[in-house]
Amino acid sequence: MTATIFMIVRLHNLFAVVMLGGIYSLLAASMFVVLDAVDVAFTEAAVGAGISLVLMLAALSLTKTEEKVASRHGILPLLVVLVTGAALIYGTLDMPHYGDPNAPIQQHVAPTYVADAQAKTTVPNVVTAVLASYRGYDTLGEVVVIFTAGVGVMLLLGDRRRRRRRAEGRE
Amino acid sequence: MSHHFVIRVVGKLLIPFILLFGLYVQFHGDFGPGGGFQAGVIFASAFVLYALIYGVDKAREILPDDVLRVGIALGVLIFGGTGVVSMLWGAPYLDYSPLASTPSAGQHIGIFIVELGVGITVASVMVTLFNLFARRGGDDELDAE
Repeated sequence: MTATIFMIVRLHNLFAVVMLGGIYSLLAASMFVVLDAVDVAFTEAAVGAGISLVLMLAALSLTKTEEKVASRHGILPLLVVLVTGAALIYGTLDMPHYGDPNAPIQQHVAPTYVADAQAKTTVPNVVTAVLASYRGYDTLGEVVVIFTAGVGVMLLLGDRRRRRRRAEGRE
Repeated sequence: MSHHFVIRVVGKLLIPFILLFGLYVQFHGDFGPGGGFQAGVIFASAFVLYALIYGVDKAREILPDDVLRVGIALGVLIFGGTGVVSMLWGAPYLDYSPLASTPSAGQHIGIFIVELGVGITVASVMVTLFNLFARRGGDDELDAE
């Protein structure tokens, strides 16, 4: 995955960058499978490696495939990136180890979900039970977000021909 | 890409299976991994694949813009409407328990309907996004001529 990221940063051919982005998503999906998060892996593979790749290619067909070479390489951006990265890594030092049963995330509502979800909803997949039943409001919000995104893109990009015709009719 | 014989044949073979897999993920979401979001994307990818092989105009004949536009709104409406129905039965918003004779059956039905709404909206939005991008590219080519 690290190699993919370095390639994405170094390459100037945007077509290759988009393809590497897809490979990165696929690698991330395999990593989620290793971590036993099958639902997340599924989403990552379908959305990251599938649809967003196609959308990026579609966007690429509207523009050039070669990145413009930056005129100057400032030292300040590198410094900002290094400082932010160091701060983030410093922050992870305090985090509990992966899979630690005493970690705060395992202590809060998660045990209730794992213990009660199947008994209360009789849905075998706990992830689905939490998503659709316990967190129904959240999921409704997510769907509305997608709805809004679709409507926004439709307003921005859609119906150009009709609008142009209307504009001509007015003149 | 319409002149690539191999891609056309393989695509034609694959698309029904992609659609079938999308339906499986949609309706099997409470037993295995998956659900509305993933199913919607898989379902949409089948149409995107069709559009890539046969052209966007051919794909829009099968799935017209009007259907997609209705689909985008219908999915959200199904999700929100389920909540309203459970409110009519005297339960809190989006509590599926009163939708059937027993609470657990109600939960099953509620999740099923809600995931269906999610799937419809996600699939419609994804296909619409692709259509708009692809059509815009075609438009610009026309402008250039």
